[in-house]
Amino acid sequence: MTEEELKDLGEHIAGAIENDVRGWKVAFNELTIEVNAARIVSVLKFLREDVLCRFIELIDITAVDWPERAKRFDVVYHLLSLHNNSRIRVKAQIGEDETMPTAIEVHPCANWFEREVFDMYGIVFSGHPDMRRILTDYGFEGFPLRKDFPLTGHLEVRYDDQEKRVVYEPVSLVQDFRNFDYLSPWEGAKYVLPGDEKAKS
Amino acid sequence: MPDTATIVEESTSAETEGERHFTINFGPQHPAAHGVLRLVLELDGEVVERVDPHIGLLHRGTEKLIEYKTYLQAIPYFDRLDYVAPMNQEHAFCLAAEKLLGIEVPRRAQHIRVLWCEIGRILSHLLNVTTQAMDVGALTPPLWGFEEREKLMVFYERVSGSRMHAAYFRVGGVHQDMTPQLIDDIDAWCDSFPKVLDDLETLITDNRIFKQRNVDIGVVSQEQAFAWGFSGVMVRGSGVAWDLRKSQPYETYPEYDFDIPIGKNGDCYDRYLCRMEEMRQSVSIMKQAIEKLRAEGPGPVMTTDGKVAPPRRSEMKRSMEALIHHFKLYTEGFHVPEGEVYAHVEAPKGEFGVYLVSQGLNKPYRCKIRAPGYSHLQAMDWLCKGHLLADVSAILGSLDIVFGEIDR
Repeated sequence: MTEEELKDLGEHIAGAIENDVRGWKVAFNELTIEVNAARIVSVLKFLREDVLCRFIELIDITAVDWPERAKRFDVVYHLLSLHNNSRIRVKAQIGEDETMPTAIEVHPCANWFEREVFDMYGIVFSGHPDMRRILTDYGFEGFPLRKDFPLTGHLEVRYDDQEKRVVYEPVSLVQDFRNFDYLSPWEGAKYVLPGDEKAKS
Repeated sequence: MPDTATIVEESTSAETEGERHFTINFGPQHPAAHGVLRLVLELDGEVVERVDPHIGLLHRGTEKLIEYKTYLQAIPYFDRLDYVAPMNQEHAFCLAAEKLLGIEVPRRAQHIRVLWCEIGRILSHLLNVTTQAMDVGALTPPLWGFEEREKLMVFYERVSGSRMHAAYFRVGGVHQDMTPQLIDDIDAWCDSFPKVLDDLETLITDNRIFKQRNVDIGVVSQEQAFAWGFSGVMVRGSGVAWDLRKSQPYETYPEYDFDIPIGKNGDCYDRYLCRMEEMRQSVSIMKQAIEKLRAEGPGPVMTTDGKVAPPRRSEMKRSMEALIHHFKLYTEGFHVPEGEVYAHVEAPKGEFGVYLVSQGLNKPYRCKIRAPGYSHLQAMDWLCKGHLLADVSAILGSLDIVFGEIDR
């Protein structure tokens, strides 16, 4: 779809369900609409049924973590319309202690996608019939894709020859994980540079 | 019945006599599980009542790792997703990054990408078709098919230095140009391969046992395919002419002449037929790509944007500027403008997508990998319901499952 058509579609959607849509934009030739988290089910239903939309296939559900924001998570839905050969991205913001309504009644395949989002971010989907972890280990604790979860994790496993079983131990690294930031001190870096603490006092 | 399956629990109390409820663990070490899949099957006698796939045994945290790597360092992770067609995955990531950067890939690189994507498709379909035949009892097809895969992997090695994990597609093009000798050899392989496909068809297509095990098994209707987020052969097998190479084309695919095979009944057998025909179409696309590569002659295979593409080795010997760029690109990497994109390719298994969120830094803020097999495997429960235990492996085989991409 061309940029113009996407803009028309965005206007159409924003006009039809204006109470639910918080904003929309076209960037990189992709249409994104932001909706209220509580109304996601009716939005998805509208997008599936409306003649100009017909987004009948749910491609993916994922989330993005923005820890510094009041409402911490973006839940992102990608939809595909085979009739109109177009795509749309639906985003909703929710906080850490809120729940998201499940989309299973509109798109059955939301089941595992929502389980994955729960597993990785700890976002609970209300009304989901089977809110178990899916990708992480049995008995795993924490939500690995949150930005405050360390890359190395908390536990490591090895086979213990004495005990004849796999044991879990706290991660011990011979060398600390080094995460460089490449922000130029002249542009971008917002923190106080080492050795520069007294520059402004 | 699978030989390594273990019966976990059997109700034999007096009241439930006559009932034959079993719970069976299928995998994670079962050869027909195509990797590390653990299926908890609830059976009534030999009829499947419920399937609960336990996945994640190969979970490596790829998405988390990519958040801590530069864009160049992220590419090899994509080889390790669907490891039977590595370059197709890299492709999606490169497309996403290129979309954010807004750079144009030179034509020669686009043709080379098309060529290698089709090789990836053949690699994947050969593995799937032949191992599916093995799952239902035929031992010869894998031996014949893997011989051809081996030849293709040698091509991989010749172009990238690695048989599987190529890291050949780079943001802005491909790593190196192909040698004329390699193009000739691939051309010769394209001439010989249809004969192997014919031979494979004589083994499988009309085989009575294969048909008995696959026809009318695991039927997917069009509505079901859409509702469950299917893509690729899983929708085409149900009669939907939907292929991202045609409908939402990328690279130079619009210039190529090829057909999209579709099935009629949406069963395992139709999906097998689709894959066989897709391989023939891929050979035809490869032939066309080779023709175009020869006709259009040598040219750049990487974008000339010096802030993204590293300088050539010969330049670095003379130019200070090139040396600085080389150092910066391989330590810091290039910065990608702020924004979010979703890029998709028609991978052999279906729609493979990458959702990339960038904050303008040299590392992605979020990289979500949309694997086609994930939504296909999810459907195991209703696909297997009412089928016999032996059909589980046939259905699993026709879903084309590879755990690298599902567990990520």
